[in-house]
Amino acid sequence: MKEFIDRLGFPRFIIIVFLICLMALAVYLNIPLSDLVSDMLVRFGMNAILVLAMVPGIQAGIGINFNLPLGIICGLIGALISIEFKLSGFLGLFVSILIAAPLAAIGGYLYGKMLNSVKGQEMTVGNYVGYSIVSFMCIFWLLAPFKSPELIWAYGGNGLRVTVSLESSISHVLNNFLAFNIGKITIPTGLLLFFAIFAFIVWVYSQSSRGLSMRVAGSNGKFAQSNGINVDKQRIKGTVISTVLASIGIIVYSQAFGFLQLYNAPLYSAMPAAAAILIGGASLKKATIVHVIIGTILFQSLLVVALPVINVIAEGSMSEVIRVIVSNGIILYALTREGGKAA
Amino acid sequence: MIVPIIFLIICVVGSFFTGLPFSFLLDEMVIRLARNLVLVVSLILPVVTGLGLNFAITLGAMAGQIALIIITNYSIGGLNGFLLSILISTPFAILFGYLVGKVLNKAKGKEMITSMVLGFFANGIYQLVFLLLCGTIIPIKNEKLLLSTGIGIINTIDLADIKYSLDRLIPISKYPIATLLVSVVLFIFLHFFLKTKLGQDMRAVGHDMEIARVSGINVERTRIISVVISTLLAAWGQIIFLQNIGTLNTYGSHEQVGLFAVASLLVGGATVQKASWKEALLGTFLFHLLFVISPLAGQHLLGNAQIGEYFRVFVAYGVIGLSLVLHAWEKNKSKTRLGEIKE
Repeated sequence: MKEFIDRLGFPRFIIIVFLICLMALAVYLNIPLSDLVSDMLVRFGMNAILVLAMVPGIQAGIGINFNLPLGIICGLIGALISIEFKLSGFLGLFVSILIAAPLAAIGGYLYGKMLNSVKGQEMTVGNYVGYSIVSFMCIFWLLAPFKSPELIWAYGGNGLRVTVSLESSISHVLNNFLAFNIGKITIPTGLLLFFAIFAFIVWVYSQSSRGLSMRVAGSNGKFAQSNGINVDKQRIKGTVISTVLASIGIIVYSQAFGFLQLYNAPLYSAMPAAAAILIGGASLKKATIVHVIIGTILFQSLLVVALPVINVIAEGSMSEVIRVIVSNGIILYALTREGGKAA
Repeated sequence: MIVPIIFLIICVVGSFFTGLPFSFLLDEMVIRLARNLVLVVSLILPVVTGLGLNFAITLGAMAGQIALIIITNYSIGGLNGFLLSILISTPFAILFGYLVGKVLNKAKGKEMITSMVLGFFANGIYQLVFLLLCGTIIPIKNEKLLLSTGIGIINTIDLADIKYSLDRLIPISKYPIATLLVSVVLFIFLHFFLKTKLGQDMRAVGHDMEIARVSGINVERTRIISVVISTLLAAWGQIIFLQNIGTLNTYGSHEQVGLFAVASLLVGGATVQKASWKEALLGTFLFHLLFVISPLAGQHLLGNAQIGEYFRVFVAYGVIGLSLVLHAWEKNKSKTRLGEIKE
């Protein structure tokens, strides 16, 4: 038994046990399981690309990319512009991504340059640079010259709305694409396929020779240097890919959620993504697609099941409290492990 | 010294646009200095000991709030209530500080990000205790403290009974003389403390852990003591802060403590490695001056107070981000230089 727990990893063991207990409680409380499973699938699909964005960062050696908000803001700008031009459906989605990705690439490049001059403190610096950008963009959202009535307050008030409804634009385009039912469970095929495409690209890249040199640069800088790999360049590459994935991730997330969340919403967005990949078995030094998939399923399932179960037995905000404890607990656990061993 | 000078210029220009009379600003600043200085000073020892900025003073603030909730439960007010809450918060703060120190010893080189995540994590536990366990497992005598369901502590607790109990202890003028005296005593204590054997050990550990270890200093123990004192001062600082404010926001008062205290210290010209009472005093003054004037300046200059509000949050995050970048950058630069000599 002890060997089994060791192989599985202690935090994962705890979370799986906790999840099973919650599931049992849900059955006992007559909460329909088919709804829960449908929710889990959607929550998995909408968060998975944001979690995937952690992979290139960790592989390139910058650790957890706490500056995920940078990419997210580029994604939001892309979506806002496509709504401004009244684009909807798949066209809206792709235009959003086409605007967001280059912005994120530029932002990621500059941020990667900066990270190269603060080696060893990437996570602390990234966190506060992220916070600064989010709070600076709060001013931008107030002053940005958008005109569409979908985006700005109907009367009174300045600037963009705090939440922008996507009802008339890209809401659920991926969720509904080729969606079908098995029994009472809805499979959001488009959403899952979209993640699969990006996961496949990231996987192929990390297996290629370019991806290999990025991983070598991340795991052992000196060794990479002596083999003629430009470590600084590889780190920038990892940061750029991570930021671009974050910008696409938030667009996918928002279309599933049905709303764009502006202002302070992106502030803590790196936390759940970091927690998910660490729960999946990644460390500060090593992360793979498998960690993304396992971690996102476990973490999101926990949140989905916890919500209705805990609402029955306690106050409403309790599931939020559990989210805070689990996500920060796992990050704390990873930070205090020696030499970046798997969490 | 460049940072405080820039802030001084921003403040002078800004206060020119607020149209506020100078005497009003001065009064406001004296009050704000009195209520914030102890919190800012609580950050100094961990910086000296080489732990960087201790974002986990949030836990100290929680200890202070726990004590305030306890005295409100027994309806003890006035100076007695204040002193009792200081007394009650002490064991909690020592325990929390010890735990924080233990965790930070396991995350050497990543103390700042770890202390920050630790603050978030502790906030989750704090909410769990006060939302779920109070009124169920922990008996609460004063029914006014409980939510209407009988479980959990209410969101805002009126501290009218102890309001101004320290500020107006010496009623010779409208200013909080006693509170300022406490801060001065603390400054003097800190000054002499750093000259003692323990204080010198802290400096040595902060300078170079390995050399300190070789010269027979118990590094781990010294670091823990430093964090314990920091947490304790933060607990007392939070009580002093709240006796001036007069209401306790049960689930929110502690959240921004770390952010504002750290930003204040850095605005004063402190760095991740160097801080003293001078930077604390100057920084608290400048940061809070900016805090008072920026919404009004935003209103007058741009016709929108909201911009000023966002601006001051941006300044808080931005100054922390910038000084972390500069510090890591300088450290890396000196490292490269050493490396060049070796080769």
